[in-house]
Amino acid sequence: MRPVIYVLSFIAVLGLGFWAYREHYDTRQALRDVSRLNSEIAGLREALALQRAEWAYLNRPDRLRELAALNFERLGLLPLEPSQFGDTATISYPAVEEFFGDLNNSVMVHGQLNPEEEPL
Amino acid sequence: MTRTPLRPLARILKARAQGENPDVIERENLRLRHEQIRDASRNRAEVRLLVLGLAFFVAFSAIGMRMGLVATTEAAEPRSFASGAEILAQRADITDRNGRVLATNMLTHALYAHPKDMVDPARVAGELAAIFPELNAEDLTRRFTDGRSFMWLRKVLSPEQMQAVHDIGDPGLLFGPREMRLYPNGTLAAHVLGGTSFGAEGVHSAEVIGTAGIERAMDARLRDPALSATPLELSLDLTVQAAVEEILDAGITMMNAKGGAAIIMDVKTGEVVSMASLPAFDPNNRPNPVLPKDAEPGDSPLFNRAVQGVYELGSTFKIFATAQAMELGMVGPDTLVDANAPMQWGRHRIREFQNKNYGPLATVTDVIVKSSNVGTARLALQIGGLRQQAFLKSLGFFDPTPIELTEAPGAKPLLPARWPDIVTITTSYGHGMSASPLHLAAAYATIANGGITVKPTLLKQAGPQPGVRVMREEVADASVEMLRQVVTRGTASMAEVEGYEVAGKTGTADKPKRTGGYYKDKVINTFASVFPASDPKYVVLVTLDEPVETSGTEPRRTAGWTAVPVAAEITRRIAPLLGIRPSVEAPPVDTLTAVRN
Repeated sequence: MRPVIYVLSFIAVLGLGFWAYREHYDTRQALRDVSRLNSEIAGLREALALQRAEWAYLNRPDRLRELAALNFERLGLLPLEPSQFGDTATISYPAVEEFFGDLNNSVMVHGQLNPEEEPL
Repeated sequence: MTRTPLRPLARILKARAQGENPDVIERENLRLRHEQIRDASRNRAEVRLLVLGLAFFVAFSAIGMRMGLVATTEAAEPRSFASGAEILAQRADITDRNGRVLATNMLTHALYAHPKDMVDPARVAGELAAIFPELNAEDLTRRFTDGRSFMWLRKVLSPEQMQAVHDIGDPGLLFGPREMRLYPNGTLAAHVLGGTSFGAEGVHSAEVIGTAGIERAMDARLRDPALSATPLELSLDLTVQAAVEEILDAGITMMNAKGGAAIIMDVKTGEVVSMASLPAFDPNNRPNPVLPKDAEPGDSPLFNRAVQGVYELGSTFKIFATAQAMELGMVGPDTLVDANAPMQWGRHRIREFQNKNYGPLATVTDVIVKSSNVGTARLALQIGGLRQQAFLKSLGFFDPTPIELTEAPGAKPLLPARWPDIVTITTSYGHGMSASPLHLAAAYATIANGGITVKPTLLKQAGPQPGVRVMREEVADASVEMLRQVVTRGTASMAEVEGYEVAGKTGTADKPKRTGGYYKDKVINTFASVFPASDPKYVVLVTLDEPVETSGTEPRRTAGWTAVPVAAEITRRIAPLLGIRPSVEAPPVDTLTAVRN
């Protein structure tokens, strides 16, 4: 019985050693991946910050004002004026569409209605 | 192991034959056997002790070696954590109230040299001088060859310059990463933002520290690593700020002024929506603060007129005298007061503008509407110097403004050392004591806020701040109504902006000479206004430095002709941007609709 236990435990030690070896290298690989991803994230964040700065720079009011002036003929942009505030009361109601306006395949009906019948 | 019997038959028989006791032999053998057993177990115990000791030794030496290793190796950052944005930016961004970027960081590089590693210092010096015009080739060659092993060349490089330096290809030229502060909007809100510079510098990084404005006042907050990912939200509105600066700049040009300032402030929260001071500077490239000796401090573009420009503010102060008189119950808006000009006080003679006379009697409203010096002087004398000082103090005129700018604590109002009656008189119409436009804006905001003090701030607020009531609401409302009449039928008729019920007061003050006395032809014109008068929301304050309006036959220097039209244009432009609808008169009720049942 004893030798069997010895052999089994020896095999177990071997197996565990092999497992630990594998785990060790897997962990190192995972750490390498994480640090690569981190530096990639840092690079992307840096690019994002730069693009945000560029966006702010390209949208600075001075430049927008000049662009609006340059493209006035095409866009007709003017500063916001108090007179541009509207009131819902001044907007006319949309025209009511005629109910049978777009009826096609119409059917001609001949005959007379019975005046005593209840109208539909 | 052979086992010896305890009673070997041969010895027993022999002992019996000789008449000896055979038990002695047995005891002897038993003793020997016990000794053998004892020796064996001692050996085993010794071996066990040895193994145990070895195990302890290995364990302790493993711990010891690990400790030694941890102690002697450099600390490494844990690599398995996800990196956040806070690791990247060492200084928080600054945004306006709508999240538009006012200041951010950009990664760039600094250039430094290891002259001892240089292959050809003379060639490097020549090529560097060709890239950077401010560097001198001979000077560089001398410094490269004088035996030093390290020197800084440039604090920041553009990517093109970096590539050009890279192309020199000398191993002695090295780059260090730098985080640079960037103000994408250029000169916009320059005085509020201030600027930054590098503090302690190393090869791998450098501190960015604020040098002026909110960058310096809020330096600790901006550099706090825990908050570096959350931008600092200001109360400024970028669009409003741009519109105000544009109009103010045009106004300064049209009115031939030296400079000017404008403040837009929310009367409920004290938020400064826009603060402009012109001429301005570019915070990306902050100019040198040193001025020639004979120049006034106000001549520097770094000077923030809105906060640091401490001047006598003229007739804009009159409303405080009438408001206090009403608060004390002495007068009402329609009470007649003595306004007979000129008024003699000791050896001083108090006159009106262009020696007019609005008296002998005028209502308190008319004193404000026509801007009568004598009328306010009489009221101030009734109030008395002590109470006048207490009231002005409660409005914040005796202390620096609490705004979050590094310049603010230095801009203390200038007060006369003593407060005799003549100071009481002159202060009532804004002469004798000086304050900044921001002080005035805060005081007008207090009136417009129903008499509750408002603390000016540049940080976005969640809601109205708690304040102290310094006058009754009826008094504040009546004061705003008086200011409204200044616009409808008084000195500020040009301030009328249809639909916005502007209420305000003009002020023209002569500029003091450095040597004492006043300039005859140099004035500071101020227009302080609130709108809309029926429910005040914003204070608009415009100050022009040395303006003169030359469209008429003779130059005009009163605020009504200079600061007022500029303020009106600002109000017209910003009110829609701030989302305030022009109030239109209610359309007449349709009679047909009215009678329908």
